[in-house]
Formats: sequence, C-alpha cells, structure tokens
Amino acid sequence: MGAPRRPGTFADPPRGSGPAWGGPALGPAAAPGAPLAPARSLRGYARWRWWELALFAALPLSWLLLPSQALLLNEIAIVALFAISLDLVLGYAGVVSLGHAAFFGFGAYTAALFAKNVMPDPIVGLVVAIAASALLGLVSSVLILRGSDLTRLMVTLGVASILYELANKLDWLTGGADGLQGVVMGPITIPFTALKGFDFDLTGRTAYAYTLVVLALFLFVSRRLVHSPFGVSLQALRDNRLRAASIGLSVLLRLVAVYTFAGAVAGAAGALLAQTTGFASLDVFDFHRSAEVLLVLVIGGTGYLYGGIFGAIVFKLLHDLIAAWTPQYWNFWLGLFLVVLVLVGRERFVRPWTWFSLGGKR
Amino acid sequence: MTTVLATRSLVKRFGGLAATNDVSLDLARGARHALIGPNGAGKTTLINLLTGVLEPTSGTILLDGDDITSLAAHKRVRRGVVRTFQINQLFNALTPLSSLALAVSVHLGTSTRWWRPLGDDAAVAAECETLLARFRLAEVMDQPVHSLAYGKRRLLEIALALACRPRVLLLDEPVAGVPEGERQEIFETIDALPAEVSILLIEHDMDLVFNFAKTVTVLVNGAVFSEGDVATVSQDPRVKAVYLGEDDAHG
Repeated sequence: MGAPRRPGTFADPPRGSGPAWGGPALGPAAAPGAPLAPARSLRGYARWRWWELALFAALPLSWLLLPSQALLLNEIAIVALFAISLDLVLGYAGVVSLGHAAFFGFGAYTAALFAKNVMPDPIVGLVVAIAASALLGLVSSVLILRGSDLTRLMVTLGVASILYELANKLDWLTGGADGLQGVVMGPITIPFTALKGFDFDLTGRTAYAYTLVVLALFLFVSRRLVHSPFGVSLQALRDNRLRAASIGLSVLLRLVAVYTFAGAVAGAAGALLAQTTGFASLDVFDFHRSAEVLLVLVIGGTGYLYGGIFGAIVFKLLHDLIAAWTPQYWNFWLGLFLVVLVLVGRERFVRPWTWFSLGGKR
Repeated sequence: MTTVLATRSLVKRFGGLAATNDVSLDLARGARHALIGPNGAGKTTLINLLTGVLEPTSGTILLDGDDITSLAAHKRVRRGVVRTFQINQLFNALTPLSSLALAVSVHLGTSTRWWRPLGDDAAVAAECETLLARFRLAEVMDQPVHSLAYGKRRLLEIALALACRPRVLLLDEPVAGVPEGERQEIFETIDALPAEVSILLIEHDMDLVFNFAKTVTVLVNGAVFSEGDVATVSQDPRVKAVYLGEDDAHG
C-alpha cells in the first residue's frame, strides 16, 4: 500500500492496544470479483419486489378481464397517476401541497384546447400538455423553495385558485363555467409504427388501454428515478435539509427538478382525463381535486410510489360501494373510514388479525 | 505552512449580541487545531459561519485564498470544507448504507444521475464498505437510521462527514454523549486521517484536546482570547482563569 493516499481516505488502522475499529476494509474473506456486502445490499434496495411485478402484470390483466368496467378503471388509473405525482413531491421530497390540481387542471385544459384548436391527435396533445405542465412546475417551484410547511400549503392552494379563476374568467378561450365543450379526439396513432386508427369508443376500452400505457410508462420512469442517486437525495433532503446541504447537495436545484417532473406527471394525468372524456371543466382545478388526491395518497401510503395506485383503487371502490348504498351520506362514511385508518395506523389496518392482539407488542 | 481556511475580522451579531466578534483565524494545511472556550463563547457559531449555515454580519472567509464569504453551503462542501454536528443531523428514513452511498456519490459527481440505481456504482459501494467497516456500522447498514442506538448514530454522524472526502474537517464536539471508553476510539479514527487534512475541533474534554491538538484557540465572548501551541495555552494562567477553572486544569 505504498501509493499516495487521496485526501479523505484512511491511513492504516491505528496501532496500539486499544480496541480495533473493525479492521481493514478488504479482509481475506472478500475474494476478488465477489460482490462486497454493501454492493449487494445497495443493489438490493432497487431490486424488483414480487408484488411490484404482480402489480405491473395486473395492469393489462385488468383490461383483459374486466371489459365492462373500463370506464371506472380508467378513472382509477388517472387518479393513481395523479397521486404518483403528488407522492414524488410529498412522499419523497417532503413538500406539502394543497393545490396539486393546478398541474392536473393545466394539463387537462392544455390537452383539450390543443385538440380543439390545433390538432386532434391524442399523443401529440399529451406530449404538449406534459411539456406545458412541466413548465408550470418549473415556474411555480420558486414559490415552494423557502418558507415553512404552512406557507407552502397556502402558496400551493393559492396557485390552484388563481388558475381556477383564470379558467373561469377567460371564457372566450376556456368556455368559462360551462367548461370546454366539443372536444373531439382523433384516433390514437402510435408514431413510427403501423399501429393506427384506435378510436375512443363508448365502452372506454381504448381509453383505458391508452391510460394504462401512460400510467405504466410514468410508473416505470418514476421507479427508476426514486432508486437513483437523485431519488435518494430527495429523501435525504426531506429528512434533513441542513445535512443534505452539508454533504454537498444543492437542495434548491433538486426541489426545482422534482417539482418540474411531478408537474409533468400530474399534467399527463389531467390530459388523459380531458382526452378520454372529451371535456375539460373548472372541476379539474377545483380544491376538491387537490384534497382528493391527498386523501388517496394518505389511504395508500406515501413514500413508496405505489401508494397512489392502491389508494386510488380503495378510494374509488369505497366511493362506488358507499354511494350505491347511501348516495347522500357517502362523505360521512369516507370520513369515518379515514379517522379509523389514521387512528389504527395503515400497518395494522391492513393486518386485521393484529387488531385484537395485546398491547403494542408484535 | 500554507493556510487553507482563514477568517478576517469575522463578525456575527444576533441583535445586540456579538456571537462572533472580530475573529481572524488561520487554519493551516494539515492542522490539528482545537477551538475551546466556555459555553456560549461562540464556537458553534464560528463553525456555522465557516460552513455557510449562517451569514456573517461583516468580515471575510477565505478558502485557499479565495473569498467564499457568500458561497452557498453545499458549494463549500464540494470544495472540501466538511463538518459534523454537535447534535446528530442524519437522514432518519434512510439506512446508514444509503446515507453514506449518497454522500460518496456527491463527491464522485454521480449524485445527479436519475436513471441508473445508486447501487450500480461499484466505486460508491467500495467506499461505503471501507467506511462501514471503519465505523463498525456494517452489521446495521440496512436498518433505518431512526432505529439505531445513539452510539451508532453518533458514529454515522462522523462517517457521513468523512464520506465527503474532507480537505478541511470541522468537528463540533464529535464525542458528545459518547461513553468515556469509546471516545478514544473515535479520536483514533480521526487521527488516522491523512496528514494533509486540516482539522478544526471543538471539544470540552481537555485531555482529548491536549492529546489531539497541536494548536489551540481560546474563544471568550465571541472573540479570540488566546492562541498558540498546546503547551503555551495550557500553561497560560489567563486561560486557566477564564476557562479551565483556577484550581485544576484537568479536574
């Protein structure tokens, strides 16, 4: 070991009779070429879990096996994509938001306006809506960089309210309170392939297939992102901004980047809604959209990317079940469910056999 | 002796209180420099100023002769000025392994990658292996940081700083809360750092200070009260009076 050491590497272990510090890094046990334990462990963090694969497999299966439920499933998939976007911001980067519908609505109106005024091609419209929402994310990210959680709640709420009123007032463009009607989508044509001519039909099967593909794509990209050094750094600055800066991370730039990306994902969800329903109304900017996506994420769990999907399924099914049973009071039962969920804790809630076990012991 | 990090007439006021009062300090390359002083003397404030956590009211901070007074905190780290905290500042939901891997990826320049997993980088894993073994964190490397015992978290606190490959290391009471018997071990690890790394240490245990440091600066009420080599300062009756207690320095 005669080579000159770089700064920050260790000298030989201290001599003397004191307890050793665990010895040199590479003992004789580490055979050349064999993966080191931390290397194995680090790779393990990003490994595909069985339930992730099952979930990805379930997406096309739901399309094949439940053709009559395509409209409902399409709604669920759109909310799930919207919630994945919020999870990146809230669950990973720790930025609270009460106005995430700003991006959802912006994507929806962009896609609807593009189809009506420029060209009806869905994929081109989707790309345009994603780009526009990403830009909105980039611009509005300056507002969430500083201040406390409370200021962020107010600022995000404010941005969504401003966009809501803009969409309301600019009725020559957006149709105002009546919404943007007469949006006719063309058939889906997949670029660079011979696949073309998939019309959006009344059963919603084309729409659901389209939504599923977009959802799976964004889920996959987001999964790559959260396991990358960038994704881990988001969790680090969520946990401790002071230390994140103290290991050399640019906290602000990273927040801008994730907010921009999340804006794009939420915009994609909004665009899918506008394109598959052929309609955009003020509802997409409404406060209840922002609150609903937060509920969905709370139900499904934050910070592991799939909470939005599970949450959206549970939320929509609950909604449909309770609304069919007691249409007027569904909010009561939803409220009760949330209170119980939060009190019991999600970990225990999904394990009913632990509800009546003694004490806090496990 | 080349000066690596220096302050010139550094002042930090909090309202009427001068927490740092006209401090001019030189940290030489390879220094083993201790910063001592009674509680409230402004030791941690000085480290906060040096690392960019706080902005000085006036005065300048120089790194390798460049003015870094208004340089952002994370950019100072990238230029090699790294610190530890008196109270652990860790990433509670991460594991020790991913915390260290992230810090290593920053100085390797791969922390902005967003497509390939953190674990794909063999150089990162190799450095983590060394650090984990050195700090006896290997057996808990996959546990969430918040579930670790205090002693382990303290070790991770210091390991995280070393994962940044410091050229200048600012240690703010590194053994605070560490049992007597384990303090010496932590210092042995710090001693094992390459000689060209400059270290500024805040510590209350005078035995550790006098064993470790070659130069000592005494801060009182935010200002430099006395400075010199260990022998001079430890024998200085004025220092004994204000800081060590008049009766017995090693009591």
